[in-house]
Amino acid sequence: MCLGIPGQIVAITDSARMMAMAEVSGVRREVNVACIAQGPAEGLLGKWALIHVGFAMALIDEEEAAKTLEALRGLGEAQEALEAMAAGDAALEGQR
Amino acid sequence: MKYADEFRDPKAARAVLERIAAVTDEIGATAENPVRIMEVCGGHTHAIFRYGLDKLTPAGLDFIHGPGCPVCVLPMARVDECVELAERPEVIFTTFGDAMRVPGSRKSLLQAKADGADIRMVYSPLDALEIARRNPAREVVFFGLGFETTTPSTALSIKAAAAEGLGNFTVFCNHITVPPPIKVLLDDPYMRLDGFVGPGHVSMVIGIHPYDFIADDYGKPIVVAGFEPLDLLQSVLMVLEQIRDGRAEVENQYARVVPEHGNPVSIAAIAEVYEPRPSFEWRGLGEIDASGLRIRAEYAAYDAEAKFGVGYGAESRNVPEPEGCACGAVMTGRIKPVACPQFGRGCTPEMPLGALMVSSEGACAAYYQYGGARAVDVVD
Repeated sequence: MCLGIPGQIVAITDSARMMAMAEVSGVRREVNVACIAQGPAEGLLGKWALIHVGFAMALIDEEEAAKTLEALRGLGEAQEALEAMAAGDAALEGQR
Repeated sequence: MKYADEFRDPKAARAVLERIAAVTDEIGATAENPVRIMEVCGGHTHAIFRYGLDKLTPAGLDFIHGPGCPVCVLPMARVDECVELAERPEVIFTTFGDAMRVPGSRKSLLQAKADGADIRMVYSPLDALEIARRNPAREVVFFGLGFETTTPSTALSIKAAAAEGLGNFTVFCNHITVPPPIKVLLDDPYMRLDGFVGPGHVSMVIGIHPYDFIADDYGKPIVVAGFEPLDLLQSVLMVLEQIRDGRAEVENQYARVVPEHGNPVSIAAIAEVYEPRPSFEWRGLGEIDASGLRIRAEYAAYDAEAKFGVGYGAESRNVPEPEGCACGAVMTGRIKPVACPQFGRGCTPEMPLGALMVSSEGACAAYYQYGGARAVDVVD
């Protein structure tokens, strides 16, 4: 929950609410991009960011994203984040 | 140095390790009189054990594990309040998975869920917002837990709920801040700390200057560090070099992610939604002035404390630690996890007695998982 996971912004889903689709290790997840947007959210397309609990918190470059993902995998944190995302999806559907 | 082979760049790791050994020697630190560096963040504690950095570094360097694991410093009384909220029939209680197994005095959230409470693990407070939209007849409470890294997410979620007039979403705010407990540890006459490795993702939000007091008022170095093992080693080296040179500065090893002044949108959202509580209870550290946040009166409609009459807003309550649990002494660096009488006996990751054994970022869980022969030798 404390360590962010790198993701690439692949689509803007609601620019007024600063929501975007990010691809995180092959999994797509809607995230809030208010903290990294400088101007319209569309400017973030294709950019990489560190994502903490559904909020993109820092822009990073692709090499940093790859290095961070590798470090998170080493700690088992990458898998933990992906499992948490799946649990979040299930919770929306009322599955407990 | 077999562990060093696991580094992405073993050659670079070896070079830094050699310099760490040399500078530790230059300082004159020995196994009997080591230089004591606290890694504040539980993520760093986990990385130190995962990569065996405590074994790769010289005996004259002692890692002291800090209070930077939000689940580990959560008092039992807060868990009890979560369970009470979750057991209300109208409530859907949403939480990060990390909090599920923390023992309360009656039960953990996991046990409450098994007993029928509607508790849902979510990845993000955004999931809790969406659950509130889809369940207008229910009250959705999100357990706001964590340091400055997660605080912006709940602040922005409360602002989003307010913007769309969502009337059935509240946050049970238990957010805490990193600098106050560091000050408590520095003021503790029984603690001897020579320097700090600071949490990178906290400074990504707040910048590096909230730590100025460590250098300016206490004359100790702090280096804000990234989370790759090589980041950690480089940061430890930077702390050691400051000690050797008689410097006390706030340095930023993780500048590729951490801006000097933090993230302005996050800082503004935190300031708009939250204010410091006069004091807040930390497991093992007791009450610490201005170390916790509460929701401002302007956002009281989104405050579970105000809506349901629980938590610090309602009453103060103290729940004693379980018999024999030494989490407090471990948390303040007084003893190592293996010195706790319950370590590996009455307290394991499968059946945790204390919070430090629950999270993978807790010092006890890290010792248990990666301590290997050394930890077991001490236990037996």
